[in-house]
Amino acid sequence: MTGSPPRTNNGAAAALLRAHRFRAIELIPWILAIAVYFLFPGYRLLATQILVLILFAISLDLIVGYAGIVSLGHAAFFGTGAYTAALLADAGWQEPISALALGAVTAGLLGWVSGWIILRTRELTLLMLTMALGIILYELAKDLDDITGGFDGINFENSAILGLFPFDVLYYTTNYWYAFAFLVLGFLVARTVVYAPFGRSLVGIRENVRRMHAIGTPVQQRMRHVYVIAAMIAGVAGAIWVQVQGNITIGVYEFEMSGNILIMLILGGTGRLYGAFVGVTVFTILENLTETVLGTDPPYWELVVGVALIVTVLFAPRGLLGVFDPLIRRFRERTP
Amino acid sequence: MTADLGTADLVTADLGTAVLEAPVLETKGLCKNFGALVVARDIDFALDAGARHAVIGPNGAGKTTFVNLLTGALPPTSGSVLLDGRDIAALAEHERVKRGLVRTFQINTLFNGLTVLENIYLTVAERMGVAAGLFRPVGSRPEVVAEAERLVEMVQLQDDAGRTIDELPYGRQRLVEIAIALALDPRVLLLDEPSAGVPGAESHIILDAVAALPADIAIMIIEHDMDVVFRFAERITVLVSGAVLASGPPEEIAADERVRAVYLGQGHG
Repeated sequence: MTGSPPRTNNGAAAALLRAHRFRAIELIPWILAIAVYFLFPGYRLLATQILVLILFAISLDLIVGYAGIVSLGHAAFFGTGAYTAALLADAGWQEPISALALGAVTAGLLGWVSGWIILRTRELTLLMLTMALGIILYELAKDLDDITGGFDGINFENSAILGLFPFDVLYYTTNYWYAFAFLVLGFLVARTVVYAPFGRSLVGIRENVRRMHAIGTPVQQRMRHVYVIAAMIAGVAGAIWVQVQGNITIGVYEFEMSGNILIMLILGGTGRLYGAFVGVTVFTILENLTETVLGTDPPYWELVVGVALIVTVLFAPRGLLGVFDPLIRRFRERTP
Repeated sequence: MTADLGTADLVTADLGTAVLEAPVLETKGLCKNFGALVVARDIDFALDAGARHAVIGPNGAGKTTFVNLLTGALPPTSGSVLLDGRDIAALAEHERVKRGLVRTFQINTLFNGLTVLENIYLTVAERMGVAAGLFRPVGSRPEVVAEAERLVEMVQLQDDAGRTIDELPYGRQRLVEIAIALALDPRVLLLDEPSAGVPGAESHIILDAVAALPADIAIMIIEHDMDVVFRFAERITVLVSGAVLASGPPEEIAADERVRAVYLGQGHG
């Protein structure tokens, strides 16, 4: 080692140093989201739901796609955030943003407590425990129907956002931008976390847990932290979900909620944040098209989901966005 | 007053020698059973500061188990592991790493989908205590990246820094194992067969890297290749069936009849 050391690895270092920078292509989903509002006013209800589910899927991506913790009970946090906001409004606390924030807190607490047990286990056991938590909360909400409203649900009202913009359950104007704003916020939080050293260490946990222990990572603690962050974002998504509708039923805790959001995420591609955008949009639009064309009885939709999932797993194991990876790599190699 | 100071000096001097002479890493009566299977039997072992200590033994002698007991990856059935004279039974694996007890793996245990630089980056971030940071992105911490680059250059992998582990030949992956260990700034380094699985033609790269390790690190190396062992080690411990058969300087071990019998016996088997 004489003289100045060779520096042929500048490419790799530069890539690491600029990985977090925003690229122009990242504007596309946001431009689309804004355009949809004006171009398809008749579909604002559906579009709002898509925005909220994207936020929900992003929160799931943090644990599934980054930390490698596969969960089949993520609706536990969605539902807890939703019920917090709804019950507060029902009890007279009608200011929506503080109710949503409290929804994040209760969901986060649930994540903190349940994570203490769940994250000690691995793989199938872990999967079963996440599912168990979701089912327990669902059954609890069903039993406590004098509080939760059970299957019939509760209708509630929120005051205007910031005292200026009242919710509009007919045309979904304010509602759409409310969901949009919190999707932007939630996405920025997730994106920041993912590109921070914390997020990189989650990828390390996903790639090789044994190695993470051996480089001195408190793996348990780190997984618990991301679990709480994901739970809080899911709680926010749940709160918005019910606030924009002015109604809640125990459906927010349903297993189908947990299962579908995982399917949507896998469909779009895990561990890339934008997979949530693609997966949720494709899934939801497909669902609606099928129901419009074929009707809901019998539910052909489930057949379509099944086929879509099989095709994805077989031909695009890295999700729909993953299909573009080889193209992008070739493009990058050609342009220095 | 003067007399008091004198005593104090004496005490300090005594402590000084004591610290110098005490092994950095020590085990006392270390045992591990998996049910009826005994994989570590009453192992007394001491690794001195700056040591070059080889642990050898036939397949299944319990060498990797011994490493796992030292690092905390496996809890012992009985006995104790001492780091700097203190029992570290209560410390989890990652806490032992923070205290300078570092290992490499016999079979590459890396982040296969990440680049070489990212592998080292993760390690450096952990050692520097920034890995839990939620906000400031990796890209605005150039000091961490620079340190990772320095380590990549130290094992001469700068040309491969941007390639993922998957894309590297096995021998070069082995170098990443060593670079990760170095990135943790170890005081005690446990090398579990560093050249295992590396084609003969490439093994000298690994062995050169091992030979070039800083002298102040206490190193325990597990190795099958006797040429490497006798070139590298100043002290050798022979493990057979989970127990220490012999321990001493290389020439003593080479002359030991029992050790010869174990290896000759294996040679015929």
